[in-house]
Amino acid sequence: MGIELKNVYKKFGDFKALDDVSLKVDDGELLALLGPSGSGKTTLLRVVAGLDFFDEGQVLFSGRDAQNQKARERGVGFVFQHYALFRHMTVFDNIAFGLNVQPRKTRPSRQEIRAKVMELLKLVQLEWLAERYPWQLSGGQRQRIALARALAVRPKVLLLDEPFGSLDAQVRKELRAWLRRFHDEFHITTIFVTHDQEEALEVADRIVVMNKGRIEQAGTPEDVYHNPVNAFVLSFLGNVNFFHCRLEEGKAVIGNTTLEVPGLSVDKPQPAKLYVRPNQFKVSRVFSKAAFKAVVEYVNPAGTIVKINLKTESGERIYVEITQEELKQLKIRKQEKVYVSLKDVSYSEYVKDNS
Amino acid sequence: MIFFKTASMGFPDFVHVITAPRTLAAYRLSFGTAFVSACINAVFGVIVAWVLVRYSFPGKRIVDALVDFPLALPTAVAGIALTELYTPTGWVGQYLQAAGIKGAFTPFGITIALTFIGLPFVVRTIQPVLEDIDPQIEEAAASLGANRWQTLTKVIFPVIVPAVLTGVTLAFARGIGEYGSVIFIAGNMPMKTEIAPLLIMTKLEQYDYTGATAIAIGMLVISFLLLAAANFFQWLTSRNLGKA
Repeated sequence: MGIELKNVYKKFGDFKALDDVSLKVDDGELLALLGPSGSGKTTLLRVVAGLDFFDEGQVLFSGRDAQNQKARERGVGFVFQHYALFRHMTVFDNIAFGLNVQPRKTRPSRQEIRAKVMELLKLVQLEWLAERYPWQLSGGQRQRIALARALAVRPKVLLLDEPFGSLDAQVRKELRAWLRRFHDEFHITTIFVTHDQEEALEVADRIVVMNKGRIEQAGTPEDVYHNPVNAFVLSFLGNVNFFHCRLEEGKAVIGNTTLEVPGLSVDKPQPAKLYVRPNQFKVSRVFSKAAFKAVVEYVNPAGTIVKINLKTESGERIYVEITQEELKQLKIRKQEKVYVSLKDVSYSEYVKDNS
Repeated sequence: MIFFKTASMGFPDFVHVITAPRTLAAYRLSFGTAFVSACINAVFGVIVAWVLVRYSFPGKRIVDALVDFPLALPTAVAGIALTELYTPTGWVGQYLQAAGIKGAFTPFGITIALTFIGLPFVVRTIQPVLEDIDPQIEEAAASLGANRWQTLTKVIFPVIVPAVLTGVTLAFARGIGEYGSVIFIAGNMPMKTEIAPLLIMTKLEQYDYTGATAIAIGMLVISFLLLAAANFFQWLTSRNLGKA
Protein backbone atom coordinates (compact mmCIF):
# COMPACT_ATOMS: atom_id res chain seq x y z
CA MET A 1 0.00 0.00 0.00
CA GLY A 2 1.31 3.41 -0.92
CA ILE A 3 1.29 6.21 1.64
CA GLU A 4 1.36 9.90 1.00
CA LEU A 5 1.76 12.79 3.41
CA LYS A 6 0.89 16.26 2.23
CA ASN A 7 2.08 19.34 4.12
CA VAL A 8 1.71 17.77 7.54
CA TYR A 9 2.22 19.94 10.62
CA LYS A 10 2.31 18.79 14.22
CA LYS A 11 3.11 20.81 17.31
CA PHE A 12 3.65 19.76 20.91
CA GLY A 13 3.11 23.05 22.72
CA ASP A 14 5.60 25.40 21.10
CA PHE A 15 7.74 22.60 19.76
CA LYS A 16 7.35 21.94 16.06
CA ALA A 17 7.58 18.16 15.76
CA LEU A 18 6.55 18.12 12.12
CA ASP A 19 6.95 21.25 10.07
CA ASP A 20 5.42 21.07 6.60
CA VAL A 21 6.31 17.46 5.87
CA SER A 22 5.41 16.03 2.48
CA LEU A 23 6.46 12.52 1.60
CA LYS A 24 5.43 9.76 -0.76
CA VAL A 25 6.09 6.16 0.13
CA ASP A 26 5.67 3.74 -2.74
CA ASP A 27 3.95 0.41 -2.44
CA GLY A 28 6.41 -2.27 -1.35
CA GLU A 29 9.17 0.17 -0.48
CA LEU A 30 11.56 -0.18 2.44
CA LEU A 31 12.07 3.34 3.70
CA ALA A 32 14.30 4.62 6.49
CA LEU A 33 13.53 7.77 8.44
CA LEU A 34 16.90 8.97 9.60
CA GLY A 35 17.61 11.86 11.91
CA PRO A 36 18.90 12.93 15.31
CA SER A 37 16.63 12.64 18.33
CA GLY A 38 13.95 15.32 18.32
CA SER A 39 13.98 15.53 14.54
CA GLY A 40 10.38 14.37 14.28
CA LYS A 41 11.01 10.97 12.76
CA THR A 42 9.16 9.00 15.42
CA THR A 43 6.29 11.51 15.38
CA LEU A 44 6.03 11.03 11.63
CA LEU A 45 5.84 7.27 12.11
CA ARG A 46 3.17 7.62 14.81
CA VAL A 47 1.14 9.95 12.63
CA VAL A 48 1.16 7.34 9.87
CA ALA A 49 0.13 4.67 12.40
CA GLY A 50 -2.72 6.81 13.70
CA LEU A 51 -1.23 6.89 17.22
CA ASP A 52 -0.65 10.64 17.07
CA PHE A 53 -2.80 13.20 15.35
CA PHE A 54 -1.45 15.97 13.20
CA ASP A 55 -2.60 19.59 13.29
CA GLU A 56 -2.70 20.36 9.60
CA GLY A 57 -2.20 18.55 6.32
CA GLN A 58 -3.27 15.23 4.90
CA VAL A 59 -2.27 11.58 5.20
CA LEU A 60 -3.36 9.35 2.34
CA PHE A 61 -3.39 5.56 2.32
CA SER A 62 -3.55 4.28 -1.26
CA GLY A 63 -4.80 7.71 -2.25
CA ARG A 64 -7.59 7.75 0.37
CA ASP A 65 -7.69 10.20 3.24
CA ALA A 66 -6.88 8.37 6.50
CA GLN A 67 -7.79 11.27 8.78
CA ASN A 68 -10.80 9.56 10.32
CA GLN A 69 -9.33 6.10 10.51
CA LYS A 70 -8.35 5.04 14.00
CA ALA A 71 -5.13 3.15 14.62
CA ARG A 72 -6.92 -0.17 14.75
CA GLU A 73 -8.65 0.40 11.43
CA ARG A 74 -5.55 1.30 9.45
CA GLY A 75 -4.15 -2.16 8.86
CA VAL A 76 -0.81 -1.05 10.15
CA GLY A 77 1.70 -3.22 11.99
CA PHE A 78 3.66 -1.20 14.54
CA VAL A 79 6.78 -2.44 16.26
CA PHE A 80 7.70 -0.36 19.28
CA GLN A 81 11.20 0.54 20.31
CA HIS A 82 10.82 -1.23 23.63
CA TYR A 83 8.71 -3.99 22.07
CA ALA A 84 5.60 -3.35 24.23
CA LEU A 85 4.91 -7.07 24.53
CA PHE A 86 2.04 -8.15 26.79
CA ARG A 87 3.94 -9.49 29.78
CA HIS A 88 1.10 -11.58 31.19
CA MET A 89 0.78 -13.53 27.97
CA THR A 90 2.96 -16.27 26.52
CA VAL A 91 4.80 -15.63 23.30
CA PHE A 92 2.09 -17.65 21.55
CA ASP A 93 -0.72 -15.55 23.00
CA ASN A 94 1.14 -12.35 22.22
CA ILE A 95 1.35 -13.24 18.56
CA ALA A 96 -2.22 -14.54 18.50
CA PHE A 97 -3.58 -11.36 20.13
CA GLY A 98 -4.31 -9.51 16.91
CA LEU A 99 -6.24 -12.52 15.62
CA ASN A 100 -8.07 -13.20 18.88
CA VAL A 101 -9.48 -9.68 19.13
CA GLN A 102 -11.02 -9.76 15.68
CA PRO A 103 -14.82 -9.75 15.59
CA ARG A 104 -16.29 -13.23 15.67
CA LYS A 105 -17.35 -13.06 12.03
CA THR A 106 -13.88 -12.55 10.63
CA ARG A 107 -11.90 -14.30 13.35
CA PRO A 108 -10.08 -17.43 12.16
CA SER A 109 -10.76 -20.71 13.93
CA ARG A 110 -8.56 -21.89 16.79
CA GLN A 111 -6.70 -24.29 14.52
CA GLU A 112 -6.14 -21.59 11.93
CA ILE A 113 -4.82 -19.19 14.59
CA ARG A 114 -2.56 -21.90 15.93
CA ALA A 115 -1.22 -22.65 12.45
CA LYS A 116 -0.71 -18.97 11.70
CA VAL A 117 1.16 -18.32 14.95
CA MET A 118 3.43 -21.31 14.43
CA GLU A 119 4.11 -20.16 10.89
CA LEU A 120 5.11 -16.72 12.16
CA LEU A 121 7.29 -18.20 14.89
CA LYS A 122 9.01 -20.22 12.21
CA LEU A 123 9.49 -17.09 10.14
CA VAL A 124 11.29 -15.38 13.02
CA GLN A 125 13.06 -18.66 13.86
CA LEU A 126 11.78 -18.93 17.42
CA GLU A 127 9.32 -21.87 17.28
CA TRP A 128 10.74 -23.30 20.47
CA LEU A 129 9.77 -20.24 22.52
CA ALA A 130 5.98 -20.43 22.04
CA GLU A 131 5.16 -21.19 25.67
CA ARG A 132 7.64 -18.77 27.23
CA TYR A 133 6.79 -15.41 28.72
CA PRO A 134 8.33 -12.17 27.42
CA TRP A 135 10.46 -11.68 30.53
CA GLN A 136 12.15 -14.99 29.84
CA LEU A 137 13.46 -13.80 26.47
CA SER A 138 16.53 -11.85 25.40
CA GLY A 139 16.23 -8.43 23.75
CA GLY A 140 16.72 -9.78 20.24
CA GLN A 141 14.15 -12.51 20.78
CA ARG A 142 11.63 -10.00 22.13
CA GLN A 143 12.15 -7.81 19.10
CA ARG A 144 11.48 -10.70 16.76
CA ILE A 145 8.35 -11.69 18.71
CA ALA A 146 7.14 -8.09 18.49
CA LEU A 147 7.66 -8.30 14.73
CA ALA A 148 5.80 -11.60 14.50
CA ARG A 149 2.95 -10.13 16.54
CA ALA A 150 2.68 -7.14 14.21
CA LEU A 151 2.75 -9.41 11.15
CA ALA A 152 -0.01 -11.69 12.43
CA VAL A 153 -2.77 -9.32 11.34
CA ARG A 154 -1.37 -9.18 7.79
CA PRO A 155 -0.65 -5.45 7.89
CA LYS A 156 -0.49 -3.56 4.63
CA VAL A 157 2.18 -1.35 6.14
CA LEU A 158 4.85 -2.25 8.64
CA LEU A 159 6.16 0.53 10.87
CA LEU A 160 9.21 0.03 13.03
CA ASP A 161 10.33 2.54 15.66
CA GLU A 162 14.08 2.25 16.24
CA PRO A 163 13.70 -1.51 15.82
CA PHE A 164 17.27 -2.38 16.66
CA GLY A 165 18.07 0.57 18.90
CA SER A 166 18.45 -1.24 22.19
CA LEU A 167 20.19 -4.38 20.99
CA ASP A 168 23.87 -5.19 21.09
CA ALA A 169 25.94 -4.80 17.93
CA GLN A 170 26.04 -8.44 16.86
CA VAL A 171 22.30 -9.07 17.24
CA ARG A 172 21.60 -5.76 15.56
CA LYS A 173 23.58 -6.78 12.48
CA GLU A 174 21.80 -10.13 12.26
CA LEU A 175 18.35 -8.59 12.58
CA ARG A 176 19.16 -5.93 10.02
CA ALA A 177 20.09 -8.56 7.46
CA TRP A 178 17.01 -10.54 8.44
CA LEU A 179 14.74 -7.53 7.91
CA ARG A 180 16.24 -6.92 4.50
CA ARG A 181 15.73 -10.58 3.48
CA PHE A 182 12.24 -10.57 4.91
CA HIS A 183 11.34 -7.49 2.93
CA ASP A 184 12.79 -8.87 -0.28
CA GLU A 185 10.57 -11.90 0.17
CA PHE A 186 7.27 -10.31 1.20
CA HIS A 187 7.43 -6.75 -0.14
CA ILE A 188 5.31 -5.19 2.59
CA THR A 189 5.56 -1.41 2.54
CA THR A 190 7.90 -0.78 5.46
CA ILE A 191 9.00 2.39 7.20
CA PHE A 192 11.58 2.24 9.94
CA VAL A 193 12.96 4.95 12.15
CA THR A 194 16.61 5.05 13.06
CA HIS A 195 19.29 7.44 14.18
CA ASP A 196 21.99 5.07 12.96
CA GLN A 197 23.15 6.15 9.50
CA GLU A 198 24.94 2.87 8.91
CA GLU A 199 21.72 0.97 9.51
CA ALA A 200 19.77 3.21 7.15
CA LEU A 201 22.41 3.02 4.42
CA GLU A 202 22.62 -0.75 4.71
CA VAL A 203 18.97 -1.74 4.86
CA ALA A 204 16.78 0.84 3.16
CA ASP A 205 15.69 1.27 -0.45
CA ARG A 206 15.33 4.93 0.22
CA ILE A 207 16.39 7.22 3.04
CA VAL A 208 14.55 10.25 4.32
CA VAL A 209 16.84 12.49 6.34
CA MET A 210 15.00 14.60 8.89
CA ASN A 211 16.05 17.50 11.06
CA LYS A 212 14.00 19.81 13.29
CA GLY A 213 10.69 18.50 12.00
CA ARG A 214 11.55 18.96 8.36
CA ILE A 215 12.66 16.60 5.63
CA GLU A 216 16.14 17.64 4.53
CA GLN A 217 16.55 15.13 1.77
CA ALA A 218 14.93 11.96 0.45
CA GLY A 219 16.73 9.62 -1.89
CA THR A 220 18.49 6.30 -2.36
CA PRO A 221 21.30 5.54 0.09
CA GLU A 222 23.79 6.17 -2.69
CA ASP A 223 22.18 9.46 -3.54
CA VAL A 224 22.05 10.92 -0.04
CA TYR A 225 25.55 9.73 0.73
CA HIS A 226 27.24 11.01 -2.40
CA ASN A 227 25.04 13.96 -3.32
CA PRO A 228 23.93 15.51 -0.04
CA VAL A 229 21.84 18.62 -0.55
CA ASN A 230 23.26 20.39 2.47
CA ALA A 231 25.85 20.24 5.20
CA PHE A 232 23.44 18.67 7.68
CA VAL A 233 22.74 15.64 5.50
CA LEU A 234 26.41 15.35 4.73
CA SER A 235 27.57 15.38 8.31
CA PHE A 236 24.76 13.14 9.51
CA LEU A 237 25.66 10.42 7.02
CA GLY A 238 29.11 9.61 8.23
CA ASN A 239 32.21 11.41 9.43
CA VAL A 240 33.34 14.49 7.64
CA ASN A 241 36.16 17.04 7.97
CA PHE A 242 35.28 20.67 7.77
CA PHE A 243 37.50 23.58 6.67
CA HIS A 244 37.09 27.28 6.17
CA CYS A 245 38.77 28.04 2.88
CA ARG A 246 38.92 30.18 -0.21
CA LEU A 247 37.96 28.47 -3.41
CA GLU A 248 39.75 29.27 -6.63
CA GLU A 249 39.78 27.55 -10.00
CA GLY A 250 40.80 23.94 -9.21
CA LYS A 251 42.15 24.94 -5.81
CA ALA A 252 41.20 25.44 -2.21
CA VAL A 253 43.25 27.77 -0.08
CA ILE A 254 43.18 26.78 3.56
CA GLY A 255 45.29 29.00 5.75
CA ASN A 256 48.60 29.25 3.94
CA THR A 257 48.29 25.90 2.20
CA THR A 258 46.91 25.64 -1.28
CA LEU A 259 45.34 22.27 -2.03
CA GLU A 260 44.44 21.09 -5.46
CA VAL A 261 40.83 20.12 -5.89
CA PRO A 262 40.40 18.03 -9.02
CA GLY A 263 37.45 19.06 -11.15
CA LEU A 264 36.57 22.19 -9.19
CA SER A 265 35.48 25.15 -11.23
CA VAL A 266 34.45 28.48 -9.76
CA ASP A 267 33.37 31.72 -11.37
CA LYS A 268 35.50 33.86 -9.16
CA PRO A 269 37.59 33.21 -6.06
CA GLN A 270 35.46 33.34 -2.94
CA PRO A 271 35.38 32.18 0.67
CA ALA A 272 33.67 28.86 1.31
CA LYS A 273 33.15 25.97 3.70
CA LEU A 274 34.71 22.77 2.52
CA TYR A 275 33.60 19.31 3.61
CA VAL A 276 35.81 16.32 3.03
CA ARG A 277 35.07 12.68 3.89
CA PRO A 278 37.84 10.78 5.69
CA ASN A 279 38.48 8.57 2.66
CA GLN A 280 38.84 11.52 0.28
CA PHE A 281 42.34 12.36 1.48
CA LYS A 282 45.55 11.10 0.03
CA VAL A 283 48.29 10.50 2.57
CA SER A 284 51.87 10.52 1.31
CA ARG A 285 55.43 10.64 2.59
CA VAL A 286 56.58 12.59 -0.46
CA PHE A 287 56.77 16.35 -0.14
CA SER A 288 54.27 18.30 -2.18
CA LYS A 289 53.46 21.96 -2.20
CA ALA A 290 49.79 21.22 -2.67
CA ALA A 291 49.49 19.31 0.59
CA PHE A 292 49.12 19.83 4.32
CA LYS A 293 52.18 19.06 6.33
CA ALA A 294 50.84 17.09 9.26
CA VAL A 295 51.89 15.00 12.24
CA VAL A 296 50.33 11.62 12.91
CA GLU A 297 48.65 11.70 16.31
CA TYR A 298 47.01 8.31 16.32
CA VAL A 299 46.77 5.26 14.06
CA ASN A 300 44.10 2.61 14.58
CA PRO A 301 44.59 -0.29 12.18
CA ALA A 302 41.92 -2.50 13.82
CA GLY A 303 39.14 -3.15 11.32
CA THR A 304 38.79 -3.26 7.57
CA ILE A 305 39.93 0.34 7.27
CA VAL A 306 42.71 2.20 9.06
CA LYS A 307 41.72 5.26 11.05
CA ILE A 308 44.25 8.03 11.43
CA ASN A 309 44.12 11.27 13.36
CA LEU A 310 46.38 14.01 12.03
CA LYS A 311 47.31 17.49 13.15
CA THR A 312 48.37 20.04 10.56
CA GLU A 313 51.05 22.65 11.04
CA SER A 314 48.43 25.29 11.55
CA GLY A 315 46.86 23.20 14.29
CA GLU A 316 43.83 21.83 12.44
CA ARG A 317 42.84 18.27 13.19
CA ILE A 318 42.00 15.93 10.32
CA TYR A 319 40.44 12.50 10.53
CA VAL A 320 41.53 10.26 7.67
CA GLU A 321 40.68 6.72 6.65
CA ILE A 322 42.97 4.67 4.40
CA THR A 323 43.00 1.03 3.37
CA GLN A 324 45.14 -1.64 5.00
CA GLU A 325 47.16 -1.90 1.74
CA GLU A 326 47.92 1.80 1.80
CA LEU A 327 49.08 1.47 5.40
CA LYS A 328 51.39 -1.38 4.42
CA GLN A 329 53.00 0.79 1.77
CA LEU A 330 53.21 3.92 3.89
CA LYS A 331 54.20 2.26 7.16
CA ILE A 332 53.31 5.35 9.10
CA ARG A 333 53.52 5.50 12.86
CA LYS A 334 52.66 7.92 15.58
CA GLN A 335 54.52 11.27 15.61
CA GLU A 336 55.74 10.85 12.03
CA LYS A 337 55.36 13.63 9.46
CA VAL A 338 53.18 13.08 6.42
CA TYR A 339 51.71 15.11 3.55
CA VAL A 340 47.97 15.17 3.04
CA SER A 341 46.32 16.20 -0.18
CA LEU A 342 42.80 15.98 -1.54
CA LYS A 343 41.51 13.28 -3.86
CA ASP A 344 38.05 14.68 -3.92
CA VAL A 345 35.64 16.92 -2.03
CA SER A 346 32.23 15.89 -0.76
CA TYR A 347 30.54 19.19 -0.61
CA SER A 348 31.36 22.84 -0.56
CA GLU A 349 29.25 25.77 0.40
CA TYR A 350 29.96 29.38 -0.40
CA VAL A 351 29.79 31.85 2.42
CA LYS A 352 29.38 35.57 2.21
CA ASP A 353 32.65 37.43 2.24
CA ASN A 354 32.84 39.31 5.49
CA SER A 355 36.31 40.72 5.08
CA MET B 1 -3.54 -15.59 75.39
CA ILE B 2 -6.90 -15.53 73.68
CA PHE B 3 -6.72 -19.27 73.16
CA PHE B 4 -5.78 -20.00 76.79
CA LYS B 5 -8.53 -17.81 78.11
CA THR B 6 -11.04 -19.40 75.81
CA ALA B 7 -9.83 -22.91 76.63
CA SER B 8 -10.96 -22.36 80.22
CA MET B 9 -14.60 -22.27 79.18
CA GLY B 10 -14.94 -25.72 77.65
CA PHE B 11 -16.02 -26.63 74.16
CA PRO B 12 -19.83 -26.78 74.57
CA ASP B 13 -19.89 -23.32 76.12
CA PHE B 14 -17.63 -22.05 73.36
CA VAL B 15 -19.97 -23.35 70.67
CA HIS B 16 -22.88 -21.89 72.57
CA VAL B 17 -21.32 -18.41 72.67
CA ILE B 18 -20.26 -18.24 69.05
CA THR B 19 -23.50 -19.66 67.71
CA ALA B 20 -25.72 -17.39 69.78
CA PRO B 21 -28.06 -15.48 67.42
CA ARG B 22 -26.61 -12.15 68.54
CA THR B 23 -23.04 -13.30 67.83
CA LEU B 24 -23.96 -14.74 64.46
CA ALA B 25 -25.76 -11.54 63.50
CA ALA B 26 -22.67 -9.53 64.48
CA TYR B 27 -20.39 -11.82 62.44
CA ARG B 28 -22.65 -11.59 59.44
CA LEU B 29 -22.75 -7.82 59.72
CA SER B 30 -19.01 -7.40 60.20
CA PHE B 31 -17.94 -9.71 57.40
CA GLY B 32 -20.81 -8.74 55.13
CA THR B 33 -20.31 -4.97 55.29
CA ALA B 34 -16.52 -5.36 55.11
CA PHE B 35 -16.91 -7.51 52.01
CA VAL B 36 -19.37 -5.19 50.28
CA SER B 37 -17.30 -2.11 51.01
CA ALA B 38 -14.13 -3.87 49.80
CA CYS B 39 -15.94 -4.66 46.54
CA ILE B 40 -17.07 -1.06 46.17
CA ASN B 41 -13.49 0.03 46.79
CA ALA B 42 -12.26 -2.38 44.13
CA VAL B 43 -14.24 -0.41 41.54
CA PHE B 44 -13.64 3.09 42.85
CA GLY B 45 -10.07 2.40 43.87
CA VAL B 46 -9.21 1.37 40.31
CA ILE B 47 -10.93 4.45 38.93
CA VAL B 48 -9.21 6.82 41.37
CA ALA B 49 -5.81 5.22 40.82
CA TRP B 50 -6.30 5.31 37.03
CA VAL B 51 -7.20 8.98 37.06
CA LEU B 52 -4.27 9.83 39.34
CA VAL B 53 -1.79 7.93 37.17
CA ARG B 54 -2.99 8.72 33.68
CA TYR B 55 -4.43 12.19 33.78
CA SER B 56 -3.03 15.51 34.80
CA PHE B 57 -5.41 18.15 36.04
CA PRO B 58 -5.20 21.18 38.31
CA GLY B 59 -5.16 20.14 41.95
CA LYS B 60 -4.00 16.62 41.18
CA ARG B 61 -1.44 16.67 43.99
CA ILE B 62 -4.08 17.74 46.47
CA VAL B 63 -6.38 14.92 45.39
CA ASP B 64 -3.44 12.54 45.58
CA ALA B 65 -2.75 13.66 49.15
CA LEU B 66 -6.44 13.44 50.05
CA VAL B 67 -6.43 9.73 49.27
CA ASP B 68 -4.42 9.17 52.44
CA PHE B 69 -6.79 11.30 54.47
CA PRO B 70 -8.84 8.41 55.91
CA LEU B 71 -5.60 6.90 57.23
CA ALA B 72 -4.48 10.10 58.91
CA LEU B 73 -7.83 11.02 60.39
CA PRO B 74 -8.49 9.56 63.86
CA THR B 75 -11.16 6.95 63.22
CA ALA B 76 -13.46 8.37 65.88
CA VAL B 77 -13.40 11.75 64.15
CA ALA B 78 -14.16 10.10 60.85
CA GLY B 79 -17.01 8.19 62.49
CA ILE B 80 -18.61 11.26 64.03
CA ALA B 81 -18.20 13.27 60.83
CA LEU B 82 -19.73 10.55 58.70
CA THR B 83 -22.62 10.15 61.17
CA GLU B 84 -23.25 13.88 61.01
CA LEU B 85 -23.33 13.74 57.21
CA TYR B 86 -25.62 10.74 56.96
CA THR B 87 -28.18 11.31 59.71
CA PRO B 88 -31.63 12.11 58.28
CA THR B 89 -30.94 15.82 58.87
CA GLY B 90 -27.30 15.75 57.71
CA TRP B 91 -25.89 17.23 54.48
CA VAL B 92 -26.07 13.97 52.59
CA GLY B 93 -28.60 12.20 54.78
CA GLN B 94 -31.43 14.60 54.00
CA TYR B 95 -31.30 13.71 50.32
CA LEU B 96 -31.09 10.03 51.09
CA GLN B 97 -34.05 10.47 53.41
CA ALA B 98 -35.96 12.14 50.59
CA ALA B 99 -35.14 9.17 48.37
CA GLY B 100 -36.41 6.84 51.07
CA ILE B 101 -32.98 5.53 52.08
CA LYS B 102 -31.75 5.58 55.63
CA GLY B 103 -28.08 6.47 55.84
CA ALA B 104 -26.84 6.43 59.39
CA PHE B 105 -27.71 3.68 61.88
CA THR B 106 -28.14 0.97 59.20
CA PRO B 107 -25.82 -1.64 57.62
CA PHE B 108 -25.70 0.77 54.68
CA GLY B 109 -24.19 3.40 56.96
CA ILE B 110 -21.60 0.92 58.20
CA THR B 111 -20.69 0.09 54.61
CA ILE B 112 -20.21 3.79 53.87
CA ALA B 113 -17.83 4.15 56.82
CA LEU B 114 -15.85 1.06 55.84
CA THR B 115 -15.62 2.17 52.22
CA PHE B 116 -14.23 5.50 53.37
CA ILE B 117 -11.67 3.81 55.59
CA GLY B 118 -10.67 1.19 53.01
CA LEU B 119 -10.22 3.32 49.90
CA PRO B 120 -6.57 4.33 50.45
CA PHE B 121 -5.52 0.70 50.77
CA VAL B 122 -6.86 -0.13 47.34
CA VAL B 123 -5.67 3.05 45.63
CA ARG B 124 -2.16 2.86 47.07
CA THR B 125 -1.61 -0.75 46.06
CA ILE B 126 -2.87 -0.28 42.49
CA GLN B 127 -1.16 3.03 41.81
CA PRO B 128 2.42 1.78 41.49
CA VAL B 129 1.36 -1.12 39.29
CA LEU B 130 -0.52 1.20 36.96
CA GLU B 131 2.44 3.56 36.84
CA ASP B 132 4.50 0.58 35.79
CA ILE B 133 2.33 -0.16 32.77
CA ASP B 134 3.85 1.24 29.62
CA PRO B 135 1.17 3.25 27.79
CA GLN B 136 2.69 1.78 24.66
CA ILE B 137 1.17 -1.61 25.35
CA GLU B 138 -2.23 0.02 24.94
CA GLU B 139 -1.09 1.50 21.65
CA ALA B 140 0.25 -1.87 20.63
CA ALA B 141 -3.14 -3.43 21.37
CA ALA B 142 -4.88 -0.70 19.37
CA SER B 143 -2.60 -1.11 16.38
CA LEU B 144 -3.32 -4.85 16.47
CA GLY B 145 -7.00 -4.11 16.09
CA ALA B 146 -8.26 -4.27 19.68
CA ASN B 147 -10.98 -1.84 20.72
CA ARG B 148 -10.93 0.02 24.05
CA TRP B 149 -12.89 -2.63 25.88
CA GLN B 150 -10.67 -5.46 24.64
CA THR B 151 -7.58 -3.48 25.54
CA LEU B 152 -8.95 -2.96 29.04
CA THR B 153 -10.08 -6.53 29.68
CA LYS B 154 -7.29 -8.40 27.92
CA VAL B 155 -4.29 -6.14 28.43
CA ILE B 156 -4.76 -3.86 31.45
CA PHE B 157 -6.90 -5.87 33.86
CA PRO B 158 -4.85 -9.06 33.84
CA VAL B 159 -1.82 -7.03 34.86
CA ILE B 160 -3.47 -5.11 37.69
CA VAL B 161 -5.72 -7.88 39.04
CA PRO B 162 -3.15 -9.16 41.57
CA ALA B 163 -2.70 -5.62 42.92
CA VAL B 164 -6.46 -5.07 43.04
CA LEU B 165 -6.82 -8.32 44.98
CA THR B 166 -4.11 -7.30 47.41
CA GLY B 167 -5.70 -3.90 47.92
CA VAL B 168 -9.16 -5.35 48.35
CA THR B 169 -7.86 -7.92 50.82
CA LEU B 170 -6.23 -5.19 52.85
CA ALA B 171 -9.36 -3.06 52.78
CA PHE B 172 -11.44 -6.08 53.72
CA ALA B 173 -9.15 -7.00 56.60
CA ARG B 174 -9.23 -3.43 57.83
CA GLY B 175 -13.02 -3.40 57.51
CA ILE B 176 -13.48 -6.51 59.63
CA GLY B 177 -11.58 -5.05 62.51
CA GLU B 178 -12.67 -1.44 62.14
CA TYR B 179 -14.15 -0.06 65.34
CA GLY B 180 -13.78 3.66 65.84
CA SER B 181 -15.35 4.97 62.67
CA VAL B 182 -18.18 2.45 62.70
CA ILE B 183 -19.66 2.58 66.19
CA PHE B 184 -20.98 6.10 65.74
CA ILE B 185 -22.66 5.63 62.39
CA ALA B 186 -23.84 2.09 63.19
CA GLY B 187 -26.23 2.94 66.00
CA ASN B 188 -25.27 -0.39 67.58
CA MET B 189 -28.67 -2.05 67.79
CA PRO B 190 -28.16 -5.70 68.78
CA MET B 191 -29.11 -8.09 65.99
CA LYS B 192 -29.28 -5.24 63.52
CA THR B 193 -26.33 -2.92 63.49
CA GLU B 194 -24.03 -4.32 66.12
CA ILE B 195 -20.60 -5.23 64.70
CA ALA B 196 -18.51 -8.07 66.10
CA PRO B 197 -15.72 -5.91 67.56
CA LEU B 198 -18.35 -3.93 69.49
CA LEU B 199 -19.87 -7.14 70.78
CA ILE B 200 -16.45 -8.10 72.10
CA MET B 201 -16.18 -4.72 73.84
CA THR B 202 -19.64 -5.16 75.32
CA LYS B 203 -18.72 -8.60 76.70
CA LEU B 204 -15.53 -7.19 78.18
CA GLU B 205 -17.42 -4.40 79.89
CA GLN B 206 -19.68 -7.03 81.40
CA TYR B 207 -16.58 -8.87 82.71
CA ASP B 208 -17.45 -11.80 80.44
CA TYR B 209 -13.82 -12.30 79.41
CA THR B 210 -14.20 -15.82 78.14
CA GLY B 211 -17.23 -14.85 76.09
CA ALA B 212 -15.27 -11.97 74.55
CA THR B 213 -12.31 -14.15 73.69
CA ALA B 214 -14.54 -16.83 72.22
CA ILE B 215 -16.03 -14.32 69.79
CA ALA B 216 -12.53 -13.05 69.09
CA ILE B 217 -11.39 -16.56 68.21
CA GLY B 218 -14.32 -16.95 65.88
CA MET B 219 -13.28 -13.78 64.06
CA LEU B 220 -9.66 -14.81 64.09
CA VAL B 221 -10.34 -18.14 62.43
CA ILE B 222 -12.71 -16.77 59.82
CA SER B 223 -10.38 -13.88 58.99
CA PHE B 224 -7.46 -16.22 58.72
CA LEU B 225 -9.28 -18.55 56.35
CA LEU B 226 -10.49 -15.68 54.18
CA LEU B 227 -7.06 -14.10 53.97
CA ALA B 228 -5.45 -17.43 53.18
CA ALA B 229 -7.96 -17.91 50.38
CA ALA B 230 -7.32 -14.43 49.04
CA ASN B 231 -3.58 -14.97 49.12
CA PHE B 232 -3.89 -18.26 47.32
CA PHE B 233 -5.96 -16.63 44.62
CA GLN B 234 -3.44 -13.83 44.32
CA TRP B 235 -0.62 -16.28 43.93
CA LEU B 236 -2.61 -18.07 41.27
CA THR B 237 -3.13 -14.94 39.19
CA SER B 238 0.29 -13.43 39.65
CA ARG B 239 2.59 -16.41 39.13
CA ASN B 240 2.66 -15.90 35.37
CA LEU B 241 3.15 -12.18 35.37
CA GLY B 242 6.86 -12.39 35.69
CA LYS B 243 9.18 -9.77 36.94
CA ALA B 244 9.49 -6.81 34.65
